[in-house]
Amino acid sequence: MTPGSAHASLEEQIGQWRAYLRRRRAITGPDVEELEAHLRDQVGVLTQSGLAEDEAFLIAVKRMGSLDALSREFAREHSERLWKQLVIAPDGDAAPGAAARNETLVVFALATAAALAIKVPALFGLTLEGDEAFYARNASLFVLPFLTAYFVWKRRMDPRQWVWLAVPFLAAAAVVNTYPFRPEPRQTVSHTEVLSALHLPIALWLVAVAIAYLRGRWRDGAGRMDFVRFSGELFIYYALIALGGGVLTAFTMMMFGAIGLTPEWLAQDWLVPCGAAGAVIVGSWLVEAKQSVIENMAPVLTRLFTPLFTVVLLVFLATMAWTGRPIDIKREVLISFDLLLAVVVGLVLFSVSARDPDAPRNLFDGLQLLLIVSALVVDTVALAAIASRISEFGFTPNRVAALGENLILLVNLAWTAWLYASYLRRRGSFRALEAWQTAYLPVYAIWAAVVVVLFPPLFGYM
Amino acid sequence: MDLGKDLVAASATPLVLAILAEGESYGYAIIKRVGELSHGHVQWTDGMLYPVLHRLERNGLVAAKWGSSESGRRRKYYRLTKEGRAQLEAERKRWQVVDATLHRVWMKGSPA
Repeated sequence: MTPGSAHASLEEQIGQWRAYLRRRRAITGPDVEELEAHLRDQVGVLTQSGLAEDEAFLIAVKRMGSLDALSREFAREHSERLWKQLVIAPDGDAAPGAAARNETLVVFALATAAALAIKVPALFGLTLEGDEAFYARNASLFVLPFLTAYFVWKRRMDPRQWVWLAVPFLAAAAVVNTYPFRPEPRQTVSHTEVLSALHLPIALWLVAVAIAYLRGRWRDGAGRMDFVRFSGELFIYYALIALGGGVLTAFTMMMFGAIGLTPEWLAQDWLVPCGAAGAVIVGSWLVEAKQSVIENMAPVLTRLFTPLFTVVLLVFLATMAWTGRPIDIKREVLISFDLLLAVVVGLVLFSVSARDPDAPRNLFDGLQLLLIVSALVVDTVALAAIASRISEFGFTPNRVAALGENLILLVNLAWTAWLYASYLRRRGSFRALEAWQTAYLPVYAIWAAVVVVLFPPLFGYM
Repeated sequence: MDLGKDLVAASATPLVLAILAEGESYGYAIIKRVGELSHGHVQWTDGMLYPVLHRLERNGLVAAKWGSSESGRRRKYYRLTKEGRAQLEAERKRWQVVDATLHRVWMKGSPA
């Protein structure tokens, strides 16, 4: 064998080994590179001591250890890289085929149950058109218990643990249905009623669903980050399912219309509400089971929209400074500024959750900081307007809720900006940013619960 | 000598920190140094060092940066941080306690 061909075969062997390593999800590109450098050092030393290259390669690979054991160790250290694998096969003792079939059955049973639950009040004469306030208050209570049940089943939670999960649901049902909400004349819903309808899903999501999803891991930052990832991916799946559902509904109407029937009741009373309820369960299952299909969606979308939002915010600030127009404070405006902040927090949260914390700083990080800072400036302007409105016209539940949310998001973003800046100046680590975002999650839950439980009595159920 | 999985795992952190206290280094050189220091008695499965290094990096005990080797290949270098130095000091105290305890009980038991 000529030295040239021996060398070629060594490169070939290393190439195969590298390709084999790359297939492991827990081991990423830079890790492969690091391990390969090690392998090459080892081969080099062994060949210098007189071994042939292929012998040296075999010994070096053997010393590196079994790839299974190695990728297990990497998985333990970098759980974020394969969170979906870990949650899909927690113990892996049941036969995969049977387990998957079982799960499909459970999911469809729960989705059907959620879809039917939303129709139960109709048996008692409560219709979607006539009693919208009832449906708005209780919407999450028709769906989230079933989703929680799915995770209780999936994570094999101990009954002594999961019975406690009934507490938030029962308490929420009691609160929203016994409070004597007083709508203003000629209105069907009161202000505090709308607020609790909006905040109840958030509170239940961050408490009951999160605890079931994370089983025992809800204290742990990495676990919470997994829940954030799950929420983001579910949102994307849900939007896709809703899109499909819209197409289905449109075709249903069109086809029946072609034979002279207009089954509006079918769409309004059945397809849309039942589909919306069942889709939450099905979407969650898809996120859990078919993770790899879509795992890069949330980061791709955040990458796409971070620059666009930054440009819009900067242009808005420039326009406001140029024209000197003040912000018009109406309820819709307050809500949209809160939403804007929530979107910015969401963009930051998802790019943080998807980012490899050990990756080097890049241009995108700078852009992210610019986005946060411009959102902060826009929001300070809005906040000043809200504050002046409150000092002029007094407190209303809507203004206080908007102000509270605004402050909560503002605090989050301000500290995020600070952490991001120190990260970019190489004074801090990206982990600190991640830790801050996950540590902040309970604040949203507490505030949402406060709005649901305390606001109605505080503002006289108006 | 086979030290057993638990002892290897327990001693990995102080060993790696102590070796990095001697100066910046990289994976292969750390393994080599462990071999030299223990006269070949402490044998690690080479790959297992890297998850340990990554954990230390995540906990801020070591800092890493990519550099290049003599042959121009990319190589990841690790160095001890201030926190790492403090941790090493704490580890040293703990191991000295274990070592001294074992030493005493063995001295008493042995005829020497």
